[in-house]
Amino acid sequence: MLTRSPAARKVTAALRMLAALVLAGGIYTLISPSAQATAPLSAAAQEGKALYDTSCISCHGNNAQGVEGRGPSLLGVGSAAVEFQVETGRMPAARQEAQIERKQPLFDDAEARQLGAYIQELGGGPEIPFAGQTAPAGDIANGGKLFRVNCSSCHAFSGGGGALSSGKYAPTLELSTDRQLYAAMLTGPQNMPVFGDNQLTPEEKYDIISYVQNLKSDVDPGGWGLGRFGPVTEGLAIFLFGMVALAFAALWIAGKS
Amino acid sequence: MRKRKFNVKEIPAKTAGEIDDRFQVATPLRGILNKVFPDHWTFLLGEIALFSFIILLLTGTFLALFFDPSMQEVNYQGSYLPLRDVHMSRAYETSLNLSFDVRGGLIMRQMHHWAALLFMAAIVIHMARIFFTGAFRKPRELNWIIGMLMFWLGFTEGFAGYSLPDDALSGTGLRIASAIMLSIPVIGSWVTASLFGGEFPGEIILSRLYILHVFLLPLILLTLITVHVGLVIVQKHTQWAGPGRTNHNVVGERWFPRYVIKQGGFFMVVFGLIALMGGLFQINPIWLFGPYEAAVVSAGSQPDWYVMFLDGSTRLMPAWEIRIWGYTIPPLFWPTVVLPGILSTVPMLYPFIEARLTKDKGHHNLLQRPRDMPERTGLGAAGIAFYLVLAFSGGNDIIADKFDISLNAMTWAGRIGLLIVPPIAYYLARRISLGLQQHDREVLAHGVETGIIKLLPNGQYVEVHQPLAPVDDHGHGELPYVGWTVPKKMNRLGALGPALRGFFKPIEEPVKPRSNGAKPAEISEKEKEKV
Repeated sequence: MLTRSPAARKVTAALRMLAALVLAGGIYTLISPSAQATAPLSAAAQEGKALYDTSCISCHGNNAQGVEGRGPSLLGVGSAAVEFQVETGRMPAARQEAQIERKQPLFDDAEARQLGAYIQELGGGPEIPFAGQTAPAGDIANGGKLFRVNCSSCHAFSGGGGALSSGKYAPTLELSTDRQLYAAMLTGPQNMPVFGDNQLTPEEKYDIISYVQNLKSDVDPGGWGLGRFGPVTEGLAIFLFGMVALAFAALWIAGKS
Repeated sequence: MRKRKFNVKEIPAKTAGEIDDRFQVATPLRGILNKVFPDHWTFLLGEIALFSFIILLLTGTFLALFFDPSMQEVNYQGSYLPLRDVHMSRAYETSLNLSFDVRGGLIMRQMHHWAALLFMAAIVIHMARIFFTGAFRKPRELNWIIGMLMFWLGFTEGFAGYSLPDDALSGTGLRIASAIMLSIPVIGSWVTASLFGGEFPGEIILSRLYILHVFLLPLILLTLITVHVGLVIVQKHTQWAGPGRTNHNVVGERWFPRYVIKQGGFFMVVFGLIALMGGLFQINPIWLFGPYEAAVVSAGSQPDWYVMFLDGSTRLMPAWEIRIWGYTIPPLFWPTVVLPGILSTVPMLYPFIEARLTKDKGHHNLLQRPRDMPERTGLGAAGIAFYLVLAFSGGNDIIADKFDISLNAMTWAGRIGLLIVPPIAYYLARRISLGLQQHDREVLAHGVETGIIKLLPNGQYVEVHQPLAPVDDHGHGELPYVGWTVPKKMNRLGALGPALRGFFKPIEEPVKPRSNGAKPAEISEKEKEKV
């Protein structure tokens, strides 16, 4: 067995220590994100940042980090959420209330995508997987099954929307585009739950989109749909139209006093 | 060859004679054909229900030919593409086939459903007419009770029909019905299990509802309708009080021939309206609801309008759960078992309650105007208000959503409204009744306003009033208040030319008013009698 002097042992220990420090430091340098070194933004994201800095920054703050009491941080919400909120006119919001409602959008779709690209490049997050305006065609019948189980309890069988508690509501799907429907399922805006890809696969989301779009374009075979509200408007119709018409008929047939 | 004499004009008389020789129907038939109907439009409200019922039988028979109340699971292969390859019950499949593959099936389904809504609506409006005019008083208490029974039978019949297609909406309704039965203390689970043949939904419930819907309940309804109409014939029709009308006669038109033609025409109008609604307005789009699955409950799930007040009472009920002696009384028990229990029994006893309170045991064939019974009118208004608050609360989520109101606010508005709106309705209806009565009395005492203003020597202006009858020393009319219609315009007295009568257009041409300054004409003897 080789024996060493105490001095030599101290030298080897120091060398091992040094090697370990170099290794740890090296790995740290390799895997740690650098606070200073920002990746350059793409052209679209730069356009988006310009829009952000004029229209969004007052509530969502510098670099989308959020402002306490005004707007949440947008880091990690992804381009899907941004595109949904901006395309439907919900953002920029007029005020804080039970629910921010759909209105005439301030930005066009191209600008919404630029904003989305900016937020995406800042913090990542869910993205709409198809580039065009329309989603890939899905199986309508399967979409119907999934819609009835997952969506109809708030948006109603007709997609016309419904009330939630305390002034909140599930909006009508009447104006929703394929991209907005997908983005809403993926990101769960406002009171809507998130339907992640492990709950509804992208193909199932396409099925639901196909069903909803078919539901909207489908002509009511039974005549005027009375708003597809169900028995409430049917009950109003039988009194306001049916009974009133027959009361007039009775007045015509028989005397008044 | 001798030509045989053949007179066409003799055929009806001869045929009738031959029939009478064999069946001796002339005497009873004469009584029926001569039955007199008083002429007033509100007396036709019950007919709307009767005619709707006939249309329900006709369309229902058509639907029964194609519908199969089976809960056997099938794979849909019909022509409605959004449901292709979806698993569903045979009942739902045949309902879809009725809508999409049977010729004329959809309009039949829609007419059936609209006729059902109209049937119940006409019953309720008819019942309100009976109530407000006191037509339920002795001797007609039994017919009032039968009418109430028919409302609740129609309610059950309608609910059974609503449940049959086995779509998601009807399944949701059936689930709620099973929950209501389960909420009954002690016996609830037994009742539910025996009706559903085990746990909800089981496999037998649709066949049971079907036999109830197409056989038992219509049979009972038909029997009650027969008794109801038979009693009207036996007890005679009520009539408004007026000149020549007493408790012992009926003034009106004979049933045959004019009234039969009127009624036949009215049936066609009702049929036409239902066909129109069935063709133009979509009702119960079962294909949008999808097949029933326990996990599927759509927003905006409501029952048909006549059940909606129970949905409303359920929505308004606070979550008060009572545990007593080891049993639980869920909050659902109060609004859906106790409340309809009260609503179905107390109104049935109302004729007796009122007779006791007013100490009126008399026999009444003359109707009362609502203004002449302010308490009853107020009570009726309160009842309608109570019902309406509940019914609107049954659709409060739709109202909240479409009018941008918080659903919680709607619920609280319903809870508070249920307590304060009926008393307000009672007060207002009673005050309005008294006010109308007061105005009648005023016209009887002081006469009709003529519109002629007189300037007195002292500068005072007064309106000249036309007394309706000879006046006493104080210038007050001597006609007593008897609850008849009091004329309130000069032209109703014939003073300003014939009154414009007729609902849609004047029957008579208006006559130019007489020359200015002419005194109002004296009332003729005939007119005096009329008032």
